[in-house]
Amino acid sequence: MTCIAALLGRGWMGRPLVIAVPYVWLGLFFLAPFAIMFYISWVDMGNDILPFKPLWDEASGVLRLRFDNYTSLWRSDQGQWFDTLYVDAYLRSVWYAALSACICLLVGYPFAYAMTRADARWQPLLLLMVMLPFWTSLLLRVYAWKGLLADQGIVNQALLALGWVQTAPVLLYTDVSLLVGMAYVYLPFMVLPLYAALSKQNPQWLEAAYDLGCTPWRAFWIVTVPLSWRGIGAGMILVFVPSLGEFVIPSLLGGPENLMIGRVLWDEMFTANNWPRASALATVLVLAIVVPLVWYARVAAKDDRG
Amino acid sequence: MTGEASLAEKGFLSTDAVVKQFDAAVAVNGVSLSIRRGEIFALLGSSGCGKSTLLRMLAGFERPTQGRIYLDGVDITDWPPYERPINMMFQSYALFPHLSVWDNVAFGLRREHAAAASLADRVDAMLNLVQLGAYAKRKPHQLSGGQQQRVALARSLVKRPQLLLLDEPLGALDKKLREQTQFELVNIIEQVGVTCVMVTHDQEEAMTMASRVAVMDKGRVLQVGEPHDIYEFPASRFVADFIGNVNLFDGELIEDLPERCVLRTEVGPIHVGHGVSGALGSTLTVAIRPEKISIARADAAKPPAHNAWRGKVEEIAYFGAYSTYIVTLEHGQRMKVTESNALRHGHRDITWEDDVVMWCDVMAPVVMPAT
Amino acid sequence: MAKGLWAGRAWLALVYAFLYAPLLYMVVFSFNSTRQDARYTGFSWRWYEALLNDTKLVDGFWLSVQVATLTGLLSVVVGTFAAYVLVRYRRFGGRSLFAGMAHAPLVMPEVVVGLSLLLLMVGIQTLLGWPERGVLTIVIGHTLLGSAYAMVVIQARLSEMDRRIEEAAMDLGARPYQVFMLVTLPNMTQALVAAFLLAFTLSFDDVVIAEFLSGPGVNTLPQVVFGYARRGINPTVFAAATLLMLAVTTAAVAYSVWVLRRSRQRADEAKRALAS
Repeated sequence: MTCIAALLGRGWMGRPLVIAVPYVWLGLFFLAPFAIMFYISWVDMGNDILPFKPLWDEASGVLRLRFDNYTSLWRSDQGQWFDTLYVDAYLRSVWYAALSACICLLVGYPFAYAMTRADARWQPLLLLMVMLPFWTSLLLRVYAWKGLLADQGIVNQALLALGWVQTAPVLLYTDVSLLVGMAYVYLPFMVLPLYAALSKQNPQWLEAAYDLGCTPWRAFWIVTVPLSWRGIGAGMILVFVPSLGEFVIPSLLGGPENLMIGRVLWDEMFTANNWPRASALATVLVLAIVVPLVWYARVAAKDDRG
Repeated sequence: MTGEASLAEKGFLSTDAVVKQFDAAVAVNGVSLSIRRGEIFALLGSSGCGKSTLLRMLAGFERPTQGRIYLDGVDITDWPPYERPINMMFQSYALFPHLSVWDNVAFGLRREHAAAASLADRVDAMLNLVQLGAYAKRKPHQLSGGQQQRVALARSLVKRPQLLLLDEPLGALDKKLREQTQFELVNIIEQVGVTCVMVTHDQEEAMTMASRVAVMDKGRVLQVGEPHDIYEFPASRFVADFIGNVNLFDGELIEDLPERCVLRTEVGPIHVGHGVSGALGSTLTVAIRPEKISIARADAAKPPAHNAWRGKVEEIAYFGAYSTYIVTLEHGQRMKVTESNALRHGHRDITWEDDVVMWCDVMAPVVMPAT
Repeated sequence: MAKGLWAGRAWLALVYAFLYAPLLYMVVFSFNSTRQDARYTGFSWRWYEALLNDTKLVDGFWLSVQVATLTGLLSVVVGTFAAYVLVRYRRFGGRSLFAGMAHAPLVMPEVVVGLSLLLLMVGIQTLLGWPERGVLTIVIGHTLLGSAYAMVVIQARLSEMDRRIEEAAMDLGARPYQVFMLVTLPNMTQALVAAFLLAFTLSFDDVVIAEFLSGPGVNTLPQVVFGYARRGINPTVFAAATLLMLAVTTAAVAYSVWVLRRSRQRADEAKRALAS
């Protein structure tokens, strides 16, 4: 301990050491796995003992790259472009993720706004009550929706009792149940940044707007909403990005028509046992998520500086 | 390399052409100071003049881009702050919120691995010196601002540093407390006998507390001297204007004799009771402090032949103990005159729109280069 | 304006009802006397008894507690390092890469993280013959995620901390690592606790990474529940959920009370000091 302390005590040694610790951790458990994954995405499927064959043939020394790990993702066996289940699942995932984000925004914005209007003494409690379900197990809450949305379940019983429907609709394993589950789980992720952005707003901006002849309704749309764009952006991203790769909710609440890319990856890995193709899929997914995010981060940073 | 003799001349703490550059901005631009052992030295200037940066370089939180710093003959430029025998009292006090007053003060001594008994004695003695012995167990947030300051002072003095640095020591206090604290601070510092460098933007603070003052602007030191010298003999227009109030006039030297000279200014010829350096015809600046000018109602006084002016009172600022009159002269020039309200009146002697005469002694004006 | 206020309150109530409906459902039906998940047939403790006898669930629970505790501790350590580096060291080689890597687990789909870590573990295993997939591998996987979240929480606290107290410590003779241990850390306790709780919860609740990185016979609570879920509704799970919710609510309330009381104490003491 004392020798580490002595090392850290010397100015020139301390800083590199402190940087090295998390760097090595990330390099080992974040970067290296991705490098391996990338490597695997080029190899051939193996047997039961080792799920993949090595990249080069030791006998002949030839590099054997299997391009069709990648090409099969967007080119079907019949040779048609973009007619694969992977492309379908990816587009569907984007669609569901976008829908979830919009639903969360529509539900969450008025909710967050109402929270900021509440008495200041209650706001911490209101926040706590939003976070509390988040702290209880996600899995269990989604599990509960399975019961609620079942054909004979409470929701259907209520709908029938209220007379809103004539016959009990099939809710479970449809996109309805999927979206309900997504919105339910990701609502806090939308509410928190919105609440943070809205509660930071200077109430005098609204007063100035009223003073200048603006009605409350208009003021809301031309002052409050635009000035909360950062919260909206953060919320949308916090919902959209994880929803895209979501696995648990589609597994429990989605049906065979609602296949999302997370489940496809899982199936590829554990059902088809095709580790190389799963790696290729994962690599593409990472690029599809990381690249727009980096671009967004640059835009946001530039806006901060400007 | 300078020799032994010149190092001794350099003073107890000296900076040698210190420069600090942050990317494109130069915060400190070649400052060479020599501070004597045991004195209280003030760096005075408005914000952005580089005084705080200079102080931080003395403490070791910034490294000079160029130049060296010597303490008692030793080059400490490259020493990290925890190795310097220098302690700083921060403007915001920077007391450790998670430690008690006693532990705050003991912190520095513990780093020295002082023996437990002597450590306790020294901490107790210091707390008694600042009269906070009864508050030893409290946490900083349980103290008032003035009490927090005394803890900060105790904490920085307990290690018996060779140099004490004060960063805007009275900045956070209100006016009444400030006056009281000024004298208390100086007393304690002199009692302990430590050399002290303080940084402030408040002239009053600098003039009352320091034995010598350095006026800084834009990273340079413009003038160093005792408060009296800085005030009565400013070396430049900036210093004259910065310290206190002053009337400044540009003037052309039209007569230059050893015992007096005359300058032609916008308010007429000004007679100065000493010679100046400069060729005849050169442009110089004349400064006259408002309190050196006498003022009286035009119909009630007989002004002298030289250095007298007539005008109309345009504004009066009443400060209780004294009043400042802004007088407009014949051609629109303005002069500021300060008079103490020595007599208690039921009414004002001089009031707005009055015709007044003003005059000053030939020793009152100060002449300086026309920068 | 009043109309808007009541509309707002109504919406708040509606959304809270939506948020808590499934929780309420599970609590109520955990006491159901039959297996029915849609019809309440009567009060019974039977599912709680079944829970105590369900070794898979109980074992899974203890394993999850173990894994989550280790994850929490490790995440706080790694997260503190990462946060400190990002906040205090403005310039060093490869900083953007570091920042990117540190934040990436927050946005990566869990399936991708699980997949890549599995490949790593398999790779190491073929090279060194160790480790067997089990507690250690799951902890590493969870810590990768947990440390990213911990870092965010700690970063927020570090960047708002008054740096002057660290400078004061250095001025008084404390070397950099002493400054960190004696001044920085003690002033971050609330953030460290929050980070631990966050990482703990994440780990306790995770099923995807656990599935990827666990070995045969090693099953965390979420894994067991997930297995049950695929086979339909089992009120024993409702009983487990109810108990868990109780535990979480108690912990959350206790934590909030602790935080609130601390801040109120400080405010009171500061007020008293000003008055004196």
